[in-house]
Amino acid sequence: MPINKEFKPKIVAFCCNWCSYAGADLAGSSRLAYPADVKIIKVPCSCRVNPMFILRAFEKGADGVIMCGCHPGDCHYSTGNYYARRRMTLLFSMLDYMGVENGRTRVEWVSAAEGVKFSTTMNEFVEKIYSLGENVRLGDLRCKK
Amino acid sequence: MQRIGVFVCHCGSNIAATVDVKKVVEMVKTEPGVIHAEDYQYMCSEAGQAKIIEAVKEHKLNGLVVCSCSPRMHEATFRKCAERAGINPYMVEIANIREHCSWIHKDMDEATEKAVILARAAIAKVNLNAPLQAGESGVVKRALVIGGGIAGIQTALDIADAGFPVDIVEKEPSIGGRMSQLDKTFPTLDCSACILTPKMVEAAAHPNITIHTYSEVENVSGFVGNFTVEIRKKARSIDMDKCTGCGLCQEKCPMKKTPSEFNRGLGNRSAIYTPFAQAIPNVPVIDRNACLKFKTGKCGICSTVCAAGAIDYTQVDTMVTEKYGAIVVATGFDMIKLDKYDEYAYSQSKDVITSLELERVMNAAGPTKGHLERLSDGKAPKEIVFIQCVGSRCADGRGKGYCSKICCMYTAKHAMLIRDKYPDVNVTVFYIDVRTPGKNFDEFYRRAVENYGVNYVKGQVGKVIPQPDGKLLVQGVDLIDNKQILKEADMVVLAAAIEPNPDVRKIATMLTASIDNDNFLTEAHAKLRPVESPTAGIFLSGVCQGPKDIPETVAQAGAAAVKAIGLLAKDKLMTNPCTAKSDELLCNGCSKCANVCPYGAISYEVKEINDHGIRETRRVAQVNNALCQGCGACTVACPSGAMDLQGFSNRQIIAEVDAICR
Repeated sequence: MPINKEFKPKIVAFCCNWCSYAGADLAGSSRLAYPADVKIIKVPCSCRVNPMFILRAFEKGADGVIMCGCHPGDCHYSTGNYYARRRMTLLFSMLDYMGVENGRTRVEWVSAAEGVKFSTTMNEFVEKIYSLGENVRLGDLRCKK
Repeated sequence: MQRIGVFVCHCGSNIAATVDVKKVVEMVKTEPGVIHAEDYQYMCSEAGQAKIIEAVKEHKLNGLVVCSCSPRMHEATFRKCAERAGINPYMVEIANIREHCSWIHKDMDEATEKAVILARAAIAKVNLNAPLQAGESGVVKRALVIGGGIAGIQTALDIADAGFPVDIVEKEPSIGGRMSQLDKTFPTLDCSACILTPKMVEAAAHPNITIHTYSEVENVSGFVGNFTVEIRKKARSIDMDKCTGCGLCQEKCPMKKTPSEFNRGLGNRSAIYTPFAQAIPNVPVIDRNACLKFKTGKCGICSTVCAAGAIDYTQVDTMVTEKYGAIVVATGFDMIKLDKYDEYAYSQSKDVITSLELERVMNAAGPTKGHLERLSDGKAPKEIVFIQCVGSRCADGRGKGYCSKICCMYTAKHAMLIRDKYPDVNVTVFYIDVRTPGKNFDEFYRRAVENYGVNYVKGQVGKVIPQPDGKLLVQGVDLIDNKQILKEADMVVLAAAIEPNPDVRKIATMLTASIDNDNFLTEAHAKLRPVESPTAGIFLSGVCQGPKDIPETVAQAGAAAVKAIGLLAKDKLMTNPCTAKSDELLCNGCSKCANVCPYGAISYEVKEINDHGIRETRRVAQVNNALCQGCGACTVACPSGAMDLQGFSNRQIIAEVDAICR
């Protein structure tokens, strides 16, 4: 597929309040750059991320969705990220079946101290989305101009 | 639709240098619900907040979006500001255009565009915000301190002096921690025991302090102001009330060949033992792995000699459950294991020791009664080499990336003490940098060099080679003279890196406190909240938060105590109102939400529901707001969409998604 230079992906990142959002803050205060295509939505815990939100994002034209939470075992609410992990495993395999490739969805555990990991993860993910190009599946045609 | 005001902060030049704030103001003015938008240099300042209050009054606003730094920094500030302006504090949303935008992007157009999108998402969310009322919960006026070293003791004393009861949980048989193992302390060279043991005695005698030694925290539940903690009191095999601490049992115990943990394995102890003479409590424990009675059933000498009849071989671990309002972590540190640094021959020669082992060797109560001697043959050393940064500032992944902070100073102390007591012994220190910030610290180091003639060599040691004659050949480099150095030494002392106590990760998980990759507990804010964990009600004291010397540890212990006292002094705490809420019309009482709730906050009630005019009796979910912590697990588990999270509702998050993908 030829790389579309005009392509500006829309990427939604769900970050839990306790670990990953703080990790993103640390990436910021350490000035660790990642592309501006990533927009973060804060949730209290990764288990708050309803699969519906991810489907909605793709429907509205998102090209990639990443969900970040505390490392397994370190969840502020003890077990939330375990539920999130199971839900996302199912959802991502279903999305893949529907034509939204696995590369467009990702789960990553980022602690509050992992600013570097947050930044490298986002850089990798955005690069992957650029290589995959625009997401043409699932998009609501009514949303397109 | 709300009446929203958008306030864009320059943060000096932190935001304004990369984000065109004027353009952001212009762009958001047309967003639905936005009545007013303005920018200001420092929104968080008194003048900035006054602008917000003024705008709320002038435009009759009921929702605020502040485009500024992270909500972790100033969400509380702007919520208070909203309250002062007369609107509900939960009608405020922060668009993080500093940490998540201006600080990580260089291109102004790109950053401005992103800032606008983040602002739009926040505006879309505020449009769906509802006023929330924080509930109240009580505070148990008792504190728990985990760890009984100098940090834990000082914190406990300070809390107890303020009039609140404190429990110390220490896993070793005595309180005292690492400081009790030290010989002298820098920069005053006063004896460690002389300044520590009075504090230990004071803690033990304090009417507000209860000490649980040989005990471990096993389980923690609850939340700020109301933690429930299970403590395992390990079987001591001694009746603490009967024991008089005479020490006869230890004298008569036939199993005297167990390596003493307190002496870092350099000396032996009996199977029934107190770690050191000034132990508090002065009640021994029986090491069941070493005791002949427990291993073979024969012996029982301690029981025979004990006049008080305190020996009890049938004792079992007991569990104590206690409620606390605040928990202070003071779990301290240990030295790293040196198996990855075998080039220094630590495993090959008894004369290569760590600095903490040297403390024991130099201590009058230590394995050599304070005589400086080679541990292999007991001979007096003539040439001692200190190697700095063993495992500290280590970029190759074998050790720790951080500076252990205390090694430069304690090595100067060791060198000085040796040169003072044994002027004929030559001392050489190999260092990368000498770091001595601190009051009277650099003066102390210079004294070692100038007055005591300690030979400091800038450079690292590549290898220590044990020689057949028992000497140690040290192969190093002198970076200043740019030459290789080969030096024969009688003893080599390694300034091994310090690391948080290995148990701390388990404790952090129980407390749901954040921890970094080096196992140091994370503070709520690196500069402004250095002794608080992001988890409310958890405070950090001493090296569990980062490497520290004794003065700093004591200072931080006091600070942690003040924070805990501030919490315990309150009668009521405001609870987080962002809790789950069930829509009774949609709920069919399936129990899926209660199954995933980690707090047992959801119960079921059979209720008469008026479902669009049809009255029926159904089982529906009820959320206990005092227990709910607002994680949202139930909201996703709910198949009918009845469960929603206030402040992070499905509609709010979808509105944010829509705004970002627009």
